Amino acid sequence: MKKTIITVVGKDTVGIIAKVCTYLADNKINILDISQTIVQGYFNMMMIVDMNEADKDFGIITDELAALGESIGVVIKCQLEDIFNKMHRI
Amino acid sequence: MINMFEVAETNKMIEQENLDVRTITMGISLLDCIDSDLNRLNDNIYNKITTLAKDLVKTGEEISREYGVPIVNKRISVTPIALVGGAACKTPSDFATIAKTLDRAAKTVGVNFIGGYSALVSKGMTSADELLIRSIPEALSTTDLVCSSVNLGSTKTGINMDAVRLMGTIIKETAEATKENDSLGCAKLVVFCNAPDDNPFMAGAFHGVTEADAIINVGVSGPGVVNTALKKVRGESFEVLCETIKKTAFKITRVGQLVAQEASRRLNIPFGIIDLSLAPTPAVGDSVADILCEIGLEYAGAPGTTAALALLNDQVKKGGIMASSYVGGLSGAFIPVSEDQGMINAVVAGALTLEKLEAMTCVCSVGLDMIAIPGDTKDTTIAGIIADELAIGMINQKTTAVRVIPVIGKGVGETVEFGGLLGYAPIMPVNQYSCDAFVNRKGRIPAPIHSFKN
Repeated sequence: MKKTIITVVGKDTVGIIAKVCTYLADNKINILDISQTIVQGYFNMMMIVDMNEADKDFGIITDELAALGESIGVVIKCQLEDIFNKMHRI
Repeated sequence: MINMFEVAETNKMIEQENLDVRTITMGISLLDCIDSDLNRLNDNIYNKITTLAKDLVKTGEEISREYGVPIVNKRISVTPIALVGGAACKTPSDFATIAKTLDRAAKTVGVNFIGGYSALVSKGMTSADELLIRSIPEALSTTDLVCSSVNLGSTKTGINMDAVRLMGTIIKETAEATKENDSLGCAKLVVFCNAPDDNPFMAGAFHGVTEADAIINVGVSGPGVVNTALKKVRGESFEVLCETIKKTAFKITRVGQLVAQEASRRLNIPFGIIDLSLAPTPAVGDSVADILCEIGLEYAGAPGTTAALALLNDQVKKGGIMASSYVGGLSGAFIPVSEDQGMINAVVAGALTLEKLEAMTCVCSVGLDMIAIPGDTKDTTIAGIIADELAIGMINQKTTAVRVIPVIGKGVGETVEFGGLLGYAPIMPVNQYSCDAFVNRKGRIPAPIHSFKN
């Protein structure tokens, strides 16, 4: 099972997690882990998700999440987990 | 499990420090395309390239999107055309038709460059080799994406001075043939000593005859990432400096390894090698010269530059080698002048000369690269510059190369603009004294004593 990392970075505002999670639920994307902090008013969130049950293509989900981010005023990125594992684990 | 800081570090490298995979290069053997009929040969070449590489660009873009890391170039390298075209080509213009076919195939599949318009003449030239070399000015002035390279020497064979002399003239003719575009043709033409068979970088990529039918080679990059890491250890000891470069090189190379394996799997073509290189681009912050400054030099070219570069090059290899099982190509720090804003600044400030660049090439890959020189530089002087650089490669058992651009109609103090990844460059002065009598001797320089290892 390939996991995906979703990162959300931007100015803190009401409902960021709610909107992102709603989108994920609507698209049958299962959240495995969430961590989140606020540094100097900036919202930082990382989610590890499983997209295996999702109906849409990875590319479409990436685009839709990016667009959702734009509407909230944050940057949302979707990347396969491998790139981080390769870089930070021997 | 991966934590937030690690994710943030990787994404900062990509977004702010120009971490990217510089190129996925598909090597394609054209040996099975050989035919004595020129039209049939051209058809075979076009068909093979457009079949094997049809999904290369799309796959590169998919990988880039899924991992969120830019893959800047998708390229193709082919078997040296002098070997492929020998049976069919009777004139330089016959060879030039193959260049046009390569150009057409490259445009069809959408790659940035296609390399391998090449001849390997380190000991002697066949008539096909010589015809191909003589066709280079026509080939490069009538195509957009074709890159050409000629291997003129090796540690095992010595230096073919007849070919060196010829290339001095060919480089000038190529400059003349493309003078409307600031002699851009010469930016796509490189000569080598000890050319590797699996180099993914242009202009010198070709698919060696020792390679399989098709192969995926990947070149990584990331001078900006190394530079940022070094900012955090200012004033620390050499040990700390070296550790930092090694760790950073490891991380960069692992991304390249991942992309290479994915590309290989998706295209169903074997993975060849990772080229561990620090390859700069003209973008601010993506400079090898800036790393040298961060190590402690006022400008690249100041005393200490060669030592700093030797250290950098060695640590990049030590860090990278653990990240990938198959390392090859050129692997080291590149120091092209026009493609590196820090190098350009050093030349403009008067800190960096051709002679210092030559010294720097003794300790890094790959050679005198993307250097603009006055358009009235003599053929023999260019041949002399080539001979010097190749001698460094021959004696030190390393790859060296020369890619100089004599810019027709321009002189020292003027600037030439190549555009895109090729950047721009101030024209550098060349030593004015003659080497005519040396270059005009016939024959070759013998292989050095330490090549006899059997």
